[in-house]
Amino acid sequence: MTYTSSIGIRVNGEVVEREVEDRLTLADFLRNELRLTGTHLGCEQGSCGACTVLVDGSAIRSCLTFASQLNGAEVTTVEGLASEEDLHPLQSAFLRNDALQCGFCTPGFLLTAAEILSETNDLDEGTIREAISGNICRCTGYQGIIDAIVEVARSGSER
Amino acid sequence: MKPAPFHLETPQSLEECVALLAEHGDEAKILAGGQSLVPLMNLRLAQPSVLLDIGGLKALNFVEENEQSFRIGAITRLRDLERDANFAKSQPLLAEALPHIGHTQIRNRTTVGGSIAHADPAAELPAVLLACGGTVKAVGPNGERKISADNFFHSYFSTDLEEDEAIAEIELPRWKPACGWSIQEISRRHGDFALIGIACCVTCDDEGVVTDANAAFFGVGEAPHLVESASSLVGTKADDETLHQVAEATAAELDPPTDIHVSAEYRKHVGGVLARRALSIAYQRATGNIT
Repeated sequence: MTYTSSIGIRVNGEVVEREVEDRLTLADFLRNELRLTGTHLGCEQGSCGACTVLVDGSAIRSCLTFASQLNGAEVTTVEGLASEEDLHPLQSAFLRNDALQCGFCTPGFLLTAAEILSETNDLDEGTIREAISGNICRCTGYQGIIDAIVEVARSGSER
Repeated sequence: MKPAPFHLETPQSLEECVALLAEHGDEAKILAGGQSLVPLMNLRLAQPSVLLDIGGLKALNFVEENEQSFRIGAITRLRDLERDANFAKSQPLLAEALPHIGHTQIRNRTTVGGSIAHADPAAELPAVLLACGGTVKAVGPNGERKISADNFFHSYFSTDLEEDEAIAEIELPRWKPACGWSIQEISRRHGDFALIGIACCVTCDDEGVVTDANAAFFGVGEAPHLVESASSLVGTKADDETLHQVAEATAAELDPPTDIHVSAEYRKHVGGVLARRALSIAYQRATGNIT
């Protein structure tokens, strides 16, 4: 038996109305139904952070939330960060600081960083290290990621 | 898809949720933050056929303090407590536990009631509830009942809750100014489950003599464990000699398991070290020597 729910959510500013299977995770909904494949799935059990997206401004694991739970929510994925002309300041800073190698974990780091920068620019390295501790980078490029986030925090361009 | 098929229901009240629990029996699970349940479902270690999503029940999302007690609604999310500057003043032990629990993305979803109901023996909140002498308010078909923390946690992922009961809120005693606190844990990486940890409260009189000391361990067996050894601090000024004796008594009292991470001997030894460290910090906070 297949159980479904009707949901209306806003994804990167666009209203999406769908009938989804109750067991469909938000990550699979974004990737398979909406073709927003920038959200990456690593472990699918909440350990790696690759699937991090913003739901109503909060960074969450999209593999641990069902799309059927999110009626009325506002979702931001990595595709929603840049404008048509410009990269998001975090994306530019990641480029400048070599904060990515293979790029698999990058969307999760970007959205985690976007959430913390939306709350404060008063961030030291230790705070950033703790804030990104839920995201794993398999290329071990953490220092570049931290440098990039520090740079954006200092420039204040995120607020 | 990762999880087995299920039907999502969104009860509009806890009473409706309880009625649905009674109707579906052990086929149903309550979904709050989902940060413990959904990994189990994605691994198909849990395959409930009905999920009761209570995450939207605003009536269960509150923090309320009155003259007698401090109450936190079941679906209050940990990150909301973390962001509340007053919370750390009102309940410093619980506040200090929060950063140890998972990661920010997890705490954005994790609920107080969910963590308590899940009763992972390595989790921080059950031990905090136990150390503070808190209670759980559960709602079932026959109404409400309150269960003290020391009667609530039975064994691995197993509590005093009946199949058709749900947590409405937890209640903690109001924090006393003369009460110091500390939470200490050892984990492999920040945010990982604790290999072993301790949450404690120490209360002193005006002379700096300990009048009450409670210490609850997590990650030491089937349930959080309140150690008797802490009570030998009472009547002392937590001098080095007493703390040393308490550490030894704690290591002797703990009966932890060996698992793939560490041995029972390691846990016993570190348990003693953590008891000394945590109780010393709690005592200094109680006497106002550190904040």
